[in-house]
Formats: sequence, C-alpha cells, structure tokens
Amino acid sequence: MPLEGSWESTALLTLIVFGPAIAALGLLLAPKRRTRAIKLLSLSATMVVLVGTGYLCFLLKQSPPIGQTDGMSAAGPAVVVRLPWIPAFGVEYFLGVDGISLPLVLLTSFLSVLAMLASWTIQRHEKAYCVLFLLLETGLLGVFLALDFFLFYVFWEVTLLPMYFLIGLWGGPRREYAAVKFFLFTLAGSVLMLVAMLMLYFSSDLRLLSPSELAACHAGEASPSEDDSGVEPRKPGESSERFGDTSAGSSDRPRHTFNLLALAALGQSRNLKQMPASFALGKAESKEKSSGVEGQAATLGPLDRPLLWGKSVQWWAFLLLLAGFLVKVPSVPVHTWLPDAHVEAPTPISMLLAGVLLKMGGYGLLRIAYPICPAGGYELAWLVCGLGLVSMIYGAFAALAQKDFKRLVAYSSVSHMGYVVLGLGVWSATAAVGYRIDAWLMGSSGALFQMIAHGITSAGMFFLVGVIYDRVHHRDLDQMGGLLHRMPSFGAVSIVIFFGAMGLPGLCGFVGEVLVLLGAWHYSAWVAAVGATVVILTAGYILWTIQRVYLGAEYRGPHPEALEPMSCREMAVALPLAVLAVVLGVYPQTVFSYAEPSVRQTIQQLADWTRRYEAAQPSAANLANPASSETQPVNFQQPSVFQNHSVTVADVDR
Amino acid sequence: MFGIESLLVVTVVMPLAAAVLTALFGPRLLRSQSHWPTIVALAISLAASLLLVWQVAQEAEATHTARQNEPVPSAQPTSHSLGYERTLTLWTWTGGGEVGQTALSVQPVQDPLGPPPRIEVTLRIDPLTAIMLATVLTISFLVAVYSVGYMHGDPGYWRFYSYIALFVFSMCMLVSVSNFLLLYVFWEAVGLCSYLLIGFWYQRPAAAAAGKKAFLVNRVGDFGFALGVFLLWLTYGTLNFHDVQTGGQTQPGILGQTFLQQPEQYVGGAVGTAIALLLMAGACGKSAQWPLHVWLPDAMEGPTPVSALIHAATMVTAGVYLTARCLPLFLAAPIGPLVVACIGGGTALLAALIALTQTDLKRILAYSTISQLGYMFLAVGTGTALGVTAGMFHLFTHAFFKALLFLAAGSVMHAMGGVIDIRQFGGLRRHLPWTHTTMLFGCLALAGVVPFAGFWSKDAILLAVGQQEGLVYQVLGWAATATAFLTAFYTFRAFFRTFYGPERIPEETGGHVHEGPPWMTAPLVVLAAASLVVGAYFEWTHGFAHFLAQTPSLCLAGLALEGPRAELVSHSQVALLSTLVVLAGIGLAALLYLGSRTVLEGLTRASAAVGLYGLSYGKFFFDELYQAVVVMPLTGLARLCGWLDNQAIDRAVDDVGAAPRALGALFRSLQVGLVPFYALAMILGVLVLLGALMTG
Repeated sequence: MPLEGSWESTALLTLIVFGPAIAALGLLLAPKRRTRAIKLLSLSATMVVLVGTGYLCFLLKQSPPIGQTDGMSAAGPAVVVRLPWIPAFGVEYFLGVDGISLPLVLLTSFLSVLAMLASWTIQRHEKAYCVLFLLLETGLLGVFLALDFFLFYVFWEVTLLPMYFLIGLWGGPRREYAAVKFFLFTLAGSVLMLVAMLMLYFSSDLRLLSPSELAACHAGEASPSEDDSGVEPRKPGESSERFGDTSAGSSDRPRHTFNLLALAALGQSRNLKQMPASFALGKAESKEKSSGVEGQAATLGPLDRPLLWGKSVQWWAFLLLLAGFLVKVPSVPVHTWLPDAHVEAPTPISMLLAGVLLKMGGYGLLRIAYPICPAGGYELAWLVCGLGLVSMIYGAFAALAQKDFKRLVAYSSVSHMGYVVLGLGVWSATAAVGYRIDAWLMGSSGALFQMIAHGITSAGMFFLVGVIYDRVHHRDLDQMGGLLHRMPSFGAVSIVIFFGAMGLPGLCGFVGEVLVLLGAWHYSAWVAAVGATVVILTAGYILWTIQRVYLGAEYRGPHPEALEPMSCREMAVALPLAVLAVVLGVYPQTVFSYAEPSVRQTIQQLADWTRRYEAAQPSAANLANPASSETQPVNFQQPSVFQNHSVTVADVDR
Repeated sequence: MFGIESLLVVTVVMPLAAAVLTALFGPRLLRSQSHWPTIVALAISLAASLLLVWQVAQEAEATHTARQNEPVPSAQPTSHSLGYERTLTLWTWTGGGEVGQTALSVQPVQDPLGPPPRIEVTLRIDPLTAIMLATVLTISFLVAVYSVGYMHGDPGYWRFYSYIALFVFSMCMLVSVSNFLLLYVFWEAVGLCSYLLIGFWYQRPAAAAAGKKAFLVNRVGDFGFALGVFLLWLTYGTLNFHDVQTGGQTQPGILGQTFLQQPEQYVGGAVGTAIALLLMAGACGKSAQWPLHVWLPDAMEGPTPVSALIHAATMVTAGVYLTARCLPLFLAAPIGPLVVACIGGGTALLAALIALTQTDLKRILAYSTISQLGYMFLAVGTGTALGVTAGMFHLFTHAFFKALLFLAAGSVMHAMGGVIDIRQFGGLRRHLPWTHTTMLFGCLALAGVVPFAGFWSKDAILLAVGQQEGLVYQVLGWAATATAFLTAFYTFRAFFRTFYGPERIPEETGGHVHEGPPWMTAPLVVLAAASLVVGAYFEWTHGFAHFLAQTPSLCLAGLALEGPRAELVSHSQVALLSTLVVLAGIGLAALLYLGSRTVLEGLTRASAAVGLYGLSYGKFFFDELYQAVVVMPLTGLARLCGWLDNQAIDRAVDDVGAAPRALGALFRSLQVGLVPFYALAMILGVLVLLGALMTG
C-alpha cells in the first residue's frame, strides 16, 4: 500500500531507477555472442531512462508541489514515491525528486547514454560489461533519488560493486590495483557514513515533529490521523509492529526514522512541538521551567544531544558524513584513488566516474550533511572551506605536473570539485549580515552548477582522451602535437570542451566558478582571493595541454598513421557535450530555474536555523554542563523539549 | 530615421551574424569567398555606428543646450541628469545565484521566496561608447578589406574571417555593455579571440606559445579585474553602470546618475583604492602595460592584419576605455589617478627605450604600441577632463596611424616573402612606392610632426600633464617629452632602414618584389589620409572634446571642462618643445641611418660598453626575470605537488593498505599446518592458563 505518491509518480520514479536494472536482467537471458544486439539493447535502455527523466522535468514544472503545507515547502520534493519496505525499522522505499536532485538525475541519465555510446569500443565480455554498466546506472540514479537514508546507503553501495568490476576487468594494465584502491577508499567512506547514519537514526524521534512538519516531510503514517496528544494511537497493531515492541505503549518509545527530510527537520529543530506530557518522565521540573515558553518553537532538537567531548550528536555525525562524502568528491588528502581509477578505467567508465560518481559526494553534502547536521556544518565551515580551497589549488598544481593526459584530467577533477566543496561550505548567513542568504545561496547554487558543468566537461575531456588513446595507444603528453591539423573537427570540439573546463565566460565552467567565488567572498575575502588565483593555474594547465596536444607542426608520437578523423559515433558523443557546454554557459537558467527554489529553501532553512542557534548560544554553553542549568537566570529560556528528551534518553539508557 | 536603440543593436549584432555564417558555410561553401559575410556585415555596422555617432551628437547637443537654458536652482542639487546616455535592456536573466542587485546595501528581501535577484543584459550608448564603436568598426572594416589580399590563399581563410568577425562582435559588446559582469565576460571574449588569432598559424610552435603566453598574462590581469568586480559588488551592491528604476524606486548604478551627482558618495579609503588598483591590474593586462606588457611583442606571431586590428588599434585600448569609463572610481581613491599616471608614463618610456634597438619591424611597432598606450594611461591618470579627453583623443588618432603602420609593415612582409627583420632588407622605396608613401604618413603621425594626427593628440597629453601640479607629474611630463624624442628616433630608424640605404632584398622573395593587390593598398591610402586629417580636424573644431564631454562618467561634478586652473604651461610652449624634440629625433635617425656608418657604429659601441645597448636589446630582461621569478617557482611547486602526491600521500595510502597484510604475515607464520605444533601450543596455553588461575 503506498503511503504517499500518485500511481503515476510511483511508476515513473521506479521505472527511472530500476529501468536499467530490469534491462540488465533481460540481458542475462540474451545470447552472449550477439554483442551488437546487447549493446543496442543497453543503449535503448539508457535512452528510455533519459526520456523518463525528461518527462520528470516536465512533471516537476507542471504538477503543484505535493505536501505543500506552507510557503517554505513549496520547493521540497514534488514527485515522490513512498512505500513501506522494512517497517520494523521504519525503512521505506522513499524516492523523490526536487530541484537539487533533478539536474543530477538528468546529468546521470544523459551521460549514461553517451557513455554507452562510447562503450562500442569495448571488445571483451560485452554482455557482462553491459549488465554491470546498467546496474551502475541504477545505483547512481537511486542515490540521487532516494529520500530514505537507508535506501540511500543501499544505492550508494550498489554503485560500488559494478564500478569495482568495471575497472578491475576492463581496465588498463594496473587495473587490479586501481580497482582495489577505489573499492577500499569508497568502502572506508561508506563505513563512516554508516556509523553516522545509525547515530542519527537512534537519536531521531518523529514524535517531536508537529503534524504539519510531518506532512511536509512525507513522514506521516499511512493514516493521516496521527495523534499527538499521547492518547492511544488508532492503529495500535501497525504501530507496535513498526517499533518492534508490543508490550509497552508504543508512544513511550522514540519513533526513529531514516526519512532524510524528517531528519533534517529534527536536526534543524524546525517547528518542534512541545513534548506531550505522557512522553516526559521529568514532567514536573520541565513544567516548572518551561512555564511561559509553551507553544514556542524549541531551539534545540534531539540531534543536539551532547555525545563526546562536549560536541553534539550532529556535530560528530557531520564529521563522519563529511569524511565519507569527501572521499567520494574527492577532496585532498583522500583523493589518491581518483587518478589511479581514472587512468586504469576504460573510457566510458571514466566518463561516468568523473561525470557522475564524484557528484554523489557533493550531493550528499548538500542533501544530507548540511540539512541534517547544521551544527556541525556551522562550526566546521572553516574545515570544509579549507579543504575545498586546498583541493582547488593542490589539484591544479598537481595537474600542471602530469605527463599522462588522463592523469592530468583526473587532477583537474580534483581541482574543479574543490570549487564544489568550497561553494557548499561557505556558511555566510550569520548575524553579521542579518542572516541574509544571498551570498550563501550564490555559493551553493554555484556549487550545484559546478557539479553539472564539471559533469559535462570532465566527461567530455575523458572521452576526448579516450578517442586519442583508441588511435595511438598512449597518453604521453610529450609525444603528441599537431592533432588540430590531423583531426580538425576533433580539435575544434576539444577546444570548446577544454575552454569550458577552464571557465571561459560564455561556457559552462565560468558560471559555477564565479558564483562559488562570489559566495566565498562573503565568507572570507581572503579565501575568495586565494581561490581566484586558481583560475590562472587552470588556464595554465589547460592551455599548456592544448598547446602540447593539439597545436604544433606535427604529431610526435607512435602510430601517426592511425590518426583518422572522428567517426560519426564519436562525434555523437562529443558534440552534445560541447553544445551543452555552450548552452549552459550562455543560458545557465536552464539549470537554475529548477535548482534555485530548492537550493534557496535549503539555505533559507539553514539560515533560519543559524538565527535560532546563534540566539541560543548561551544555552549551548549550558549544554555541556547540565548541572549549571539550575543556576541560570530566570529569564533564560531553557528549551523544554530538549530537556525532556535528554532525560528520556538517559532514562532509557539506564 | 532609425532609432538610436535599433542602430546600436544592428551595429553589435551584424558581426556576430557574420561570424556564425562564416563558421557554418566557410569550410564547404564559401571557401575563398569567405570574406564577404564579414566585409558586408562590417560595412553595415560601420555605417550604423557613424549614424549613431551623428545621432548621439545631435541629441547630446540638444539636451546640453536645453540644460544650459533652464535656470538651475542653486539651493538644491541639480535634478537633471549629467551628460547623455541611453540604455537598452535586451533581456533579463532572472534567477537566484546570478549576480544581481540584492546585496548588503539594499533593503533585505521581504519574502524569502520572492523575486530572485536578476541581471539584465543591457547595452548603453553615450559619447564614449559611440566614439569607441566608430573607431573599432572603421579600423575593423579596413583591416577586413586589407586581409582579402593579405590572407589570400591561406588554408584557414574562412577561419580567419570567422575569428575576426567574432572579435569585432566581442569588442563592440565590450564597449557597449552597461554592467561590470558582462564587461568581464566580453573582456575575456576578446582575450579568447586574441588567443585564437595569435595562434592562427598554430602549426608554428612560436605562434602556439605566444598565444598561450598572451592568454596567461592576460589571465593574471583578469584575476585582478575579477577581484575588483567582486569588491565592487560587495561595496555597491550592484554591478550595473546605470541606475535602474524598479517600481518607482531608483537602484543606483555604480556609474549612474545618482552617484555621479554626488561623487562624495563613492567609497574611498582602502576599499576605494583597492578597487581602483584591481581594475588597473585588469587594464594593465589587456593594454600591455608594465608589469604585464610582455605578451604583446610575442603576439606579433599572429597574422599582420590581426596585429593591426587587435594588438594595435582596438583590443589593447580596452584598458584605456576601462579607466576612462571608471574614472569616478579612480578619482574616489586617494592615489588612484597617480598610480595610473605613473604606470602609463613609466611604461611609455620603458617601451620606447626597448624599441630603440629591436630589429623586427613588427616588434618595433609593438613596443611603440605599448609606449603609446602608456601615453594614454598617463593622460587619463591626470584625472582631469583635459587629460581624459587627451587620452581618448590619442586612442582615436593612434588607432588610425598605428593600424596604418602595421598594415604597411604587413605589406613589406608580404613583398619580402615573410621576412620582417630590418637587417635583412633595405632601400625598398623604389619597389614599394605606395607602401613607402603611406608608411611615411604613418611614421610622421606616430612621431608627432606638425599637421599629422599624432601631433595634436600627443600635444594634448603633454599639455594635460604639464597642467598638473606636483613633482610626480613634473617628472612624468619630462619622461613623456623624452619618450616623444625616442619615438621619433626609433620610428624613423625603422623607416630609413626599410626604405632607404643600399638596396638589399632577402632570398625568400625569390627576386620577385612587388606591391600587394589593390585590396591591400586601398586601405593603406585611406588610413594615410586619415592619419593626416583626423587630428587637425577635430582639434580645430573642438568637436571631439565637446562630444566626449557629454559622457556621464566624465561630467562628474568637480571635473568641469571649463574652470579656473593654474596655467603652468601654455599650449604654444608645449607645441614648440615637442616639435623641437621630435625634429631632433628624426634628425638623429637621419644622421645615423642615412649618413655614414661610422657615427652609428661608434654610438652603438659606446652604449654597448656601458651595457645600455644590451639592456635595450634584451628588452630589459623582463621575460627572463618572469621566467625565473614566476614561472620556475610555479612549475617547481607543481612538480613538488606531483611528487608529494606520488611519494607521500599515495605512499601513505599504500602503506595503510599494506598494514593488514603485514599483520597477517605475522600470524601466518604460526599456521604451520603441523598437528604436533598445534598440540604443543595448546598444552602450553593450558599450562599458562592453569598457572594464572593458581597464582590468581
């Protein structure tokens, strides 16, 4: 029984996510020798998914947002699917799409089509390759669509295994080393994320959310008559089944959740309702203290409970999530899997790896780490910005030093994804600017745009490297040259894509970089100024690459006879990327019109949280030492919900 | 008649259409006729821009007269607008994230989901823009015509015209946008066109390297420019030049009427200075001023028409345009104008000194361009109406005679089979009569001999600098005068060595020396005529200064054209001095290069003995200096990063990966597979356990 979501959206989202997987199952039945048919079938599967996501755009523009309870949630996930999956732990099959995920979903399905086209050159075990490829696409789409943390984690891991085999079986000479390295790095990141997920799960309590918030977060039960007065729920059977406890009154137990939206509401202490009397064990004191604050919004939620060394649950969870996501981004110093994986992976897999997989990290930060753990993001903004900045500069320098074309592109990815981290990290909506979100919004939208732009340009660059490699079978930058003369159309497309990566105005890279730097400027002018030097370094390595590979009199490497012009198939892969690089650069609204409302909502919520948090700073100090709360002045408003809750948890623990 | 707005759009859009058409149809369809779209489009644009100048002049005059006739209430600040400007919003990018008009200084957004900040694509027309458009399009058109002859038969013929048209579009947009962000966009776009055209013959390694160098050095300047734009946005909360009316409210633009009428509102102090210096960094990059001048001489690797158009007449003057446009921002900074003047004056002298000993005809002209651009910055850096007018006037006249000189040099190069070293040819005046005569006009104009264009504008600059009080400006005035002498000398050195002396013809010509086709000579003649008349005509009619003074940015309060000023030097004094100096320079050149060789050799030997010759010939070793101070450390750092990544970070990762295996290896030795060993271990373990229990 679907909890929420129309029949249409259920079918559509499920088709998008599982379409490739179903096609992969179908492929298993196909005869192994019909390689051409297998590739065509895979290609058509990716195309169907692309059409589906295109229809999703249309739907998102058309349909009134679902679950709209107030102005703020207008931009929340509009097309959702929600079905119970593992009811005992509150795990749901919960997918949804909003302005943040839609561009990435589109990018994924689009690049999948192009990468499948680029896979025509795969000559070994085509059937297995296509099956794994399609499974990978399912995992990627699932990551961007999942709104349940558990489901998100599952999809996250689903991407891992196909990637491991795709690198390890179809890769270059050191493919096994690269695949194992990739696997271990990502797995370490996932483990950290798993710990954070469990921490958040066990700290969460849906009972704290007001009905309107529950509805907005799609976290309500199937029956809309969720009772918040502490009386017996109307469906005791389902309720007790849900919490795996039949003996006690269900409402005494915290209702944990994996719902990302509900976790965000809890993390930001948004519209928390007062704890009903029957939930609270320390009722008497709390009544005493909280007299007069009844009905007011609480400032501290369940995730603000101190955990270790005076830091709250969400602070630690943020740290873990940050580490997990930064591995994927990747950020210095956990980036070294990337060059190896890229160099060894076959061309289409490099395209997907750079174009989509890296975006999972940035998406995770924006969708999970920041909304759910604002306290961590707020206090560790310096760390995030610092890592972003270091990645930008270090990646650019390392790219300058490379001799291998593909390694150079890989390090440029590290540099460009540094912009994403920096743009997300600039927590600038503080009291100093009156909690205005413009600059921060700029940074975050810029980061999102940069992810899309980088997805296009990096996939393009890896494909171009692949085109050369297919012909001359080497990637040594010192043994190239003169390709513009030998392959004019290839050279022209390459130069557009490379300049797009360089951030030339009018091409896609520029918009994201400028917005990120403008956003960073409000956080710290020095960060922005230092970050802006990267544009010089980027121009340095890109222009030098163009000079070494495309310009010059004559090709200087082996196999000069193999340098024939691009085939139609290759053109069909490269040209759309070049065109998109121009279109997005000239008219970035195509992304912003979808992304802007959602990013704005996320940032606005975080800015509101910051306002509450900074206003309650004295209580945060108090948090570390609960005993001192007795000595607080009378006019100090101790947030009653938090206190009730902390006592409850403590009691249960005992 | 046509409206001003539609004229502006036609002017700007035609080159873009030509670029797209040529790119689409050039390679297959047009081939050797690829010049037609560009030439037709530029002719239309040129006509439209001239019409535009005329209409703007009419309207500006009308508003000016109307304003003077109306009684001005003295008690309150004037309510009417300063100068003449029209803006035309083409379309609006709405949406968040985009740089818009909401920032710190305006009231907070009421509705969090309210109308997002927006950026408008707005074109503007005022006298400054009109002059720039007319200049750019005139030179572009003539260069496009010349290139039909010069580039004839090149395999990349269509590519050349496509790039040229794209460049003209970008340049027109650069001077007519009304927003700093868009200005930056087209600032980079002209840089891209410059990169593509310098590296037009990309198969030549030198051309590829020169393109890269030009782009990178410009990027350094653009880095400063971008920071300046960020700072402007942070300070003023907008990036528009003009005021925007939204719902009855006026949103003041940075160079809009609101600020111009109250110039004390401009942010001064450290922030104002930072803005001015950062913008100047951008201008230095684009206009090849010290310390970012090193790219321009190398840019001569491009085809000569490109050098004439982009690297002499138009793109490199964008920096001067920027400083003139942003004059209020420079005036707001305490030392802003002074820095501009010092960089300009210093660069003028430095480049002239380098040009003395160069042997590549085009590079001599390149250094001369740097030097003349320095003059323009010096003039704008006086911060007076007189100075800015003089600077823009020099920009205007310089475009004609420098384009002429480059095209004439191209004609020489064309005849010499690609040889451009003045040591390898000489006495060409009988073979190239047209080139000889037109180049003489250009040289006279560049040197600043009386009725020629350069004389008037250079004099105006010397006068404007001389009018300034203060030791620094006095020194700069003398430096400028010395530069005038050097200019006359090196110009005629190149001229005499090319066209006079014993006849020498390099082998590359194959003994077949001839003038170019009419496509090439016609533009030369037109430009030569212009070099003769434009200066005198506008000087005598005062048309240029009067027209330019209607630019809003330049009629800032306190920058009145008329007004009491200390007459430090008179016009006639300056004219006399500069004429004497110039004649001395020409005379010296004649003495050395037309007279006996002994004087020349003696002088060369003497200057070489004290190292001056080597210094000048080595271009003051800026390339070597930057190589050692900037390029080497950065590549070293890059190599260090690459090494660090491989040897430190990745090694650590591998070591962490190897740790479990090492641990496993440790315990693996215990798993020997011998049952007695396991039994022994078991017994020992039991004994230890028992012992522990008994003692415990």
